[in-house]
Amino acid sequence: MTRAISLTINGKHYEHDVEPRLLLIHYLREVAGLTGSHMGCETSLCGACTVELDGKAIKSCTMFAVQANGANIVTIEGLASPEGKLHPMQEAFWNEHALQCGFCTPGMIMVSKQIVERNPSPTDTEIREGLDGNICRCTGYQHIVNAVRTAAKAGA
Amino acid sequence: MATTVTNIEKLVGKRIRRKEDPRLITGTATYVEDIKLPGMHHAVIVRSPHGAANIKGVDISKAAALPGVAAVFTGADITGVGSVVCGADLPGLRKPVHHILAQSRVYYVGHPVAVVVATDRYIAADGADLVEVDYEVTQAVTDPEKALAEGAPAVHPEWPDNKAFVFLQKGGDMEKAFADAEVVVKQRITSQRLVPNAMETRGVVADWLQAEHSLTLFTSTQIPHLARTILAGQLGIDENRVRVVAPEVGGGFGSKLNVYAEEALMGFISRKIGKPVKWIESRRENFLVTIHGRGHVDYFEIAAKRDGTILGLKLKLIQDLGAYHQLLTPAIPTLSVLMMPGLYNFRNIDAEVIGTFTNCVPTDAYRGAGRPEATHGIERMVDLLAAELNMDPAVIRFKNFVQPDQFPFPTATGLNYDSGDYGATLQKALDTIGYDDLRKQQAAARLEGRLMGIGISTYGELCAFGPSPATPAGGWESATVRVEPSGKVTIHTGTSPHGQGQETSFAQLAADELGVSMDDIVVLHGDTSVIPYGIGTFGSRNTAVGGPALFYALQDIKEKVKKFGKMLLKSENVVFENGKCTCQVSGKEVTFQTIAGAAYRAMQLPPDTDPGLVATKFWEPSNFAFPFGAHIIVSEVDRETGQIEIKRYVAVDDIGNQLNPLLVEGQVHGGAAQGLGQALWEHGIYDDNGQLMTGEFMDYAMPRASMMPWVECSHTTTPSPVNPLGVKGVGEAGTIGSTPAMVNSVMDALMPLGIRHLDMPLTPEKVWKAINGAA
Repeated sequence: MTRAISLTINGKHYEHDVEPRLLLIHYLREVAGLTGSHMGCETSLCGACTVELDGKAIKSCTMFAVQANGANIVTIEGLASPEGKLHPMQEAFWNEHALQCGFCTPGMIMVSKQIVERNPSPTDTEIREGLDGNICRCTGYQHIVNAVRTAAKAGA
Repeated sequence: MATTVTNIEKLVGKRIRRKEDPRLITGTATYVEDIKLPGMHHAVIVRSPHGAANIKGVDISKAAALPGVAAVFTGADITGVGSVVCGADLPGLRKPVHHILAQSRVYYVGHPVAVVVATDRYIAADGADLVEVDYEVTQAVTDPEKALAEGAPAVHPEWPDNKAFVFLQKGGDMEKAFADAEVVVKQRITSQRLVPNAMETRGVVADWLQAEHSLTLFTSTQIPHLARTILAGQLGIDENRVRVVAPEVGGGFGSKLNVYAEEALMGFISRKIGKPVKWIESRRENFLVTIHGRGHVDYFEIAAKRDGTILGLKLKLIQDLGAYHQLLTPAIPTLSVLMMPGLYNFRNIDAEVIGTFTNCVPTDAYRGAGRPEATHGIERMVDLLAAELNMDPAVIRFKNFVQPDQFPFPTATGLNYDSGDYGATLQKALDTIGYDDLRKQQAAARLEGRLMGIGISTYGELCAFGPSPATPAGGWESATVRVEPSGKVTIHTGTSPHGQGQETSFAQLAADELGVSMDDIVVLHGDTSVIPYGIGTFGSRNTAVGGPALFYALQDIKEKVKKFGKMLLKSENVVFENGKCTCQVSGKEVTFQTIAGAAYRAMQLPPDTDPGLVATKFWEPSNFAFPFGAHIIVSEVDRETGQIEIKRYVAVDDIGNQLNPLLVEGQVHGGAAQGLGQALWEHGIYDDNGQLMTGEFMDYAMPRASMMPWVECSHTTTPSPVNPLGVKGVGEAGTIGSTPAMVNSVMDALMPLGIRHLDMPLTPEKVWKAINGAA
């Protein structure tokens, strides 16, 4: 049994028949072919799968694809301009060495973008609290905090 | 006519952003899970829910009948496949046969029993739910001290007790040290089990090509070449017909310095079904079946004079091995013994390591691998000794440090420390944090009843693994520099970086040596069909062993470039600098790029010179490298809640010369997070039945952004004489230095209450109980 869904991802329209149990992260990665978002824990606790759905950062590992029917989704692949100009948050992560293995990075960038959108001049404490739903095992977060602060100052 | 050469700005030592980042920040990197091959199937593994049980039967009929299921395999099917390899050996070591699927018995929760292969991952998971295993549960034992007790259930019934090995090491004259001692301090100190938790779990895609009798295996590993050698042996395939690829690897921390059952299992399945097969470990599986770190119960005795002079250190180390040996399991505690003297100038040690089987997942290398446990031990013991003697913890350290004029310093454990100025590093840390003033603040705080602590850790570590005789599989590293006809440069490194940033730092080194732009350099790694044999990434060895291999390969290239330069400039008086050969007489120049073209076009060749411009070097270090440092943490403990607040964290590390200080800082920060994780939050807890009680991120407290303090990083620089770059290695330093600094800080805070020692992690509950027990 499948259900028809139609949604927009990174400005592009998608229509598929999917099993109701198909997780949104698997739909994005395996059906839509957008493998930038990662599955890190399957339980909403690590944030590697964070994408933006109707303007809000959500964890796509604990949402079914059918629940995203009609939604407008932005993934890490949709942040840079079509010409390849990086989003200021991507640029800040690069400049500040805010990533090492890179696995958590797409989710980190998506949540960081939201932190600054909600609060254009966050304190370090506010940045850290905003990052708390996402785990990074490599960086100790310090350079990520630097990146978010820098991007905020640059008006990301 | 002498030619003036304007030096191009050197890149080594600069904070340069990484070449690997564009693919990672745009979501276009390829990790194992991103790989999709035509006809690819998916595997899900049925695992034991019991810590110890006999398998009475496995019924796969319902699973096999499920539409979409292509095959189900159990322990009975894997005849002919070699068992999981342990590369370490010790005298009298008991090595249980570690089949890739359980045979008649399971030994830990998560032990693989069967595997379901289907066209789709969801169907494979459905099929795994339909496999019925009949278990007869037996008594498990999970605490290593209980496992050693009389009458404990034997983890492996073929042996009467759970001692896998006893390893003894002595240095100096311990009897005399204790006879001369005016004070002896004893303490039992544990280093709890930790779960490495790389953010990318493990994963494998195996693709057997029948016509070629060849296997391609994509796997999230730190050691692609070693994995290839081992897998070829396990599967009975010629080594040159196995290609192992470590694509983008999402963190390892030692947990992927291993070759696991699932890697051979996927190779076996692909060959059986004639299709590619993918297995991606769930986070739950990652907790249960990927190796854990630490797992020590240590009994220390330190002997000293009343003036604080340390005379000797005794250690009885009970290592929780888990149920099996993974690649290096029994070797890890021997590294603790090697580093047990720390940075101190005493020559008497006595260590007994008892490797103990338990019904838990094996322990093995996790960031620091044996050295964090050793450092925590000696640094706690020095603080306990200082407290006993009423000495300042900084003063007792200065008193006992190996002095700068003592290098190379032979230790009681048989090591030879390469270089250092331990006092300078501690002094810099004390000055940075304002130590004397802090002690005054602390005295005032104590008068107010506040629990303020200052914790010092002066750590040393051995890294840059290492001389080959000291390693199970060779300690050298390889590098190839391939200059293309256009003058673009491709570097192959036998290391397998997965976040450490050698695509950048090695490009910096090569750009400086060859005088080309970093943009003209590509660093490749991780594919055994492309890269000459290498040892891989672990033990802080990429830069300190892989770097010199690259350096010497670059020197060979430069020599050959000069030969072509002399030929083309028709002069013997030629220098190669800043990307061109220049005739010192005529001032004429020929660029590196032109020479590269000439080397391949080969219209004319210098005497005794072959065409082409490629050099490969295998470089063997003569010794380990020994980074060191001083970490100081200021904390305050809340009497009412047991909550610990970190007020300041100063880290002064000496890792020799630095190729890229930005990347160095990243390593220190990340290491510190993992070390604080051990000190304060993380704990892999098994119950008596063998269930992992902290087997999810919900229960296992990973450091998160708001939990981490600001780490104030700085350095001293003592180049290592072991390699031409003077580098030491930084991958594990932060993890090793941070843990004892944190614990010493909290214990210093609690000292007025008469609390002497608490074991990690220092959770608020544990601290609160201690405060209230002491009150």
